[in-house]
Amino acid sequence: MENNRIIQVSNLHKSFGDKTVINGVDLELFAGENLVVLGKSGTGKSVIMKCIVRLMQPDAGTIHVFGTDVLKAGEKELNRIRTRIGYLFQEGALYDSMSVRENLKFPAKRNAHLRRLSNKELDEIIERNLESVGLIDAIDKWPSELSGGMKKRAGLARSLMLSPEMIIYDEPTTGLDPYTSDAINDLIIKIREEYKTAAVIITHDIKCARRTSDRMVILNDGKIIANGKFEELRAAPDEQVKLFFI
Amino acid sequence: MERKSPLDLNLEQFFFDIAGIATFTFRYIGSLFRNRFEGREFISQCYRTGYQSLLLIGITAIILGLVLTIQIRPILAGLGAEAWLPNMIFISVVTEMGPVIFALLFAGKVGSGIGAELSSMRVTEQIDAMEVSATNPFNYLVVTRVSATTIMLPILVFFGDMLAFFGSFIGLRAYSEISFKLFYSRAFSEFYFSDMFPATIKTIFFGFFIGIIASYMGYYSGRGTEGVGKAANAAVVASSLVIFLIDLVAVQLTDILTF
Ligand SMILES: Nc1ncnc2c1ncn2[C@@H]1O[C@H](COP(=O)(O)OP(=O)(O)OP(=O)(O)O)[C@@H](O)[C@H]1O
Ligand SMILES: [Mg+2]
Repeated sequence: MENNRIIQVSNLHKSFGDKTVINGVDLELFAGENLVVLGKSGTGKSVIMKCIVRLMQPDAGTIHVFGTDVLKAGEKELNRIRTRIGYLFQEGALYDSMSVRENLKFPAKRNAHLRRLSNKELDEIIERNLESVGLIDAIDKWPSELSGGMKKRAGLARSLMLSPEMIIYDEPTTGLDPYTSDAINDLIIKIREEYKTAAVIITHDIKCARRTSDRMVILNDGKIIANGKFEELRAAPDEQVKLFFI
Repeated sequence: MERKSPLDLNLEQFFFDIAGIATFTFRYIGSLFRNRFEGREFISQCYRTGYQSLLLIGITAIILGLVLTIQIRPILAGLGAEAWLPNMIFISVVTEMGPVIFALLFAGKVGSGIGAELSSMRVTEQIDAMEVSATNPFNYLVVTRVSATTIMLPILVFFGDMLAFFGSFIGLRAYSEISFKLFYSRAFSEFYFSDMFPATIKTIFFGFFIGIIASYMGYYSGRGTEGVGKAANAAVVASSLVIFLIDLVAVQLTDILTF
């Protein structure tokens, strides 16, 4: 397998009951790239990502992440891969029994290479990450005191704690006003520069796709129907693809 | 694995849950020995479970002692056996009523709380977030809660027993001039602390299974906010049922072992 290929998904299938959601998806992510997966709501974008980190078990297909077969990996190996991936959940998924600071501390305290750090060093990393996402003022707030956009920022800061090599953004701008969405888009670009991470951004927000993507794929009816740069796809003659750009 | 719907009258679901709860139990035991124990979360859960149910169990216990005394006293007085009252109350509360009643209250208060909490963490993807950051949510969330209920329930039951005893004294005091000292010595006249042993073992099992069942219902709850209510509900219904089942088994065992 090529070295610069971070994710390789082949022929992925997943059904719930008799409802087929993913029907033969191939997907690749290369080092340093921001890949956007565009698709309508409910087409199974989150399902693909959850299969990649094995929160869900696909029915068929293979998934390699960092060259390892995720579906065959043992618990230890799987966890090693997971610590190299940052995952930003749709609603941020902050632990609501902990303050923002404790949210960031939680994965760090339970991870071999960060556990050895002193509290002071750890606090410095926490502050640096919160500063990166522009949330340093909320460090001692509780999740219930944060707005939707702030929750996503805090969730992002938390997923940066383990210095991931790639980040999965699950609908980073959904449910946010245009102004906040723009700020999040800028943030995604900034994080890539600052932390040198690759990213998969799943969204149905065409503006977010244009701003953040190096490359883009379109998911429709459980299949990838287009793959290319944003401008190329916008100019594509395919009727089905055109629908996504109206 | 995801639960389909909580404890309906659905035989397939019922056996699915039994298997799930058994798996959960083994996973708990395995995790207890294999993983770093989350001490701080355990202490905080002990505090929470104790604090949540202290007042409830305390008030119920006093009333229990009071009511039993008021009802039984005339009967015993009619038989001229009033002096036996403290002893009788104490034995019936300590060996049978206390553990079951306090465990049921505990299941209602703490069990539903655990079910709802874990289920809302499931629905808002907090458990998934722990999973993908390789932090072992089972160890952090389930092991600590189950350990806390296992340890706290026996302590709470002991506390409840003592208050029921006190309630009984108040009830008797309304009719006679009995001193606390006399009441106390009569209560313990035919009572040996070894009598508390089977009851305590029983409450440890009550506490353990309330924790396991509530955690299981929450951990594998359905998607969406209705899943939270269902999980809390299923946690209480299933653990109440199990309390009576364990009690039934315990009665048989004590019977066999003491003869
Ligand atoms: N655990 C599950 N059990 C049953 N059905 C599921 C499950 N997870 C997802 N689905 C179904 O799979 C389909 C795709 O869900 P998914 O969450 O991946 O959509 P999505 O593309 O991320 O949409 P959105 O933009 O709304 O987040 C939906 O129809 C959903 O009902
Ligand atoms: Mg989604």
